[in-house]
Amino acid sequence: MSVTPSSSDTKSKASVVEVTLESTLKNVEVAEEISRRVSATAGFGPEAAFQMEMAVHEAVINAIYHGNNQDPGKSVLLRFLIFEDRVEIHVRDQGKGFDPDRLPDPVAEKNLLNASGRGIFLVRKFMDEFKVETSVSSGTEVIMVKHLDSEIQSN
Amino acid sequence: MSMKATVRQVDSVTVVDVSGRITLGEDCKQLREVIREKLAKNHKNLLLNLADVTYIDSSGIGELVSAYTAVSNQGGQLKLLNLTRRVHDLLQITKLYTVFDIHDDEAKAISSFATAS
Repeated sequence: MSVTPSSSDTKSKASVVEVTLESTLKNVEVAEEISRRVSATAGFGPEAAFQMEMAVHEAVINAIYHGNNQDPGKSVLLRFLIFEDRVEIHVRDQGKGFDPDRLPDPVAEKNLLNASGRGIFLVRKFMDEFKVETSVSSGTEVIMVKHLDSEIQSN
Repeated sequence: MSMKATVRQVDSVTVVDVSGRITLGEDCKQLREVIREKLAKNHKNLLLNLADVTYIDSSGIGELVSAYTAVSNQGGQLKLLNLTRRVHDLLQITKLYTVFDIHDDEAKAISSFATAS
């Protein structure tokens, strides 16, 4: 595992934290820890920090389990871009991707008692922007954004 | 901190005091085992005390739902006690708040089983 904080991305004025994770469950907690540090750097309060951490937790689990099929030989690239007004998070796996709009709605009456299927739903609830990009060469990337002011408004 | 589940019997109700994280992996598995074991011994009135749960993820929520379904299918009842604000919020977001019978007073929760059966 390597953590590379830098502020070399001067063009967009973002500070970058990037880490490559083996597809193991233990690394989910590593990702959470980094998320907490990034939240502190970005200036998020406890509630926004918790929401972002949970979104990272769920997105990384999704990448490890559904994207990389728990193959430890496959990795997850986790990248935080810290801007003045927001944090943008990229979670890239080596899987075939998914269409978030075609996932069953976990809060629909008929799905309420399903044992699974709430992960991406929670990510979308807790982040301000969310999208999925898939390409044959580079795998699947979940991109999510949390704005700094979203917390000020909710408090 | 990983999950810990301690079981105690209060009258006809099995109270499971859960603490720590209920997340994907061993934590969820452990909770499932506790519920399964109690059901196998015909203990069908289960009260999960979640007061000391520090973190629950989508898999943990799924585990609570599975436990609820398993107990209901056996003709029993599974109720929740002492939700932290975050667990409470997550159950509201996932619209499960109305599915579960949720209590914040243990004695009242215990007696609610007696009146129902």
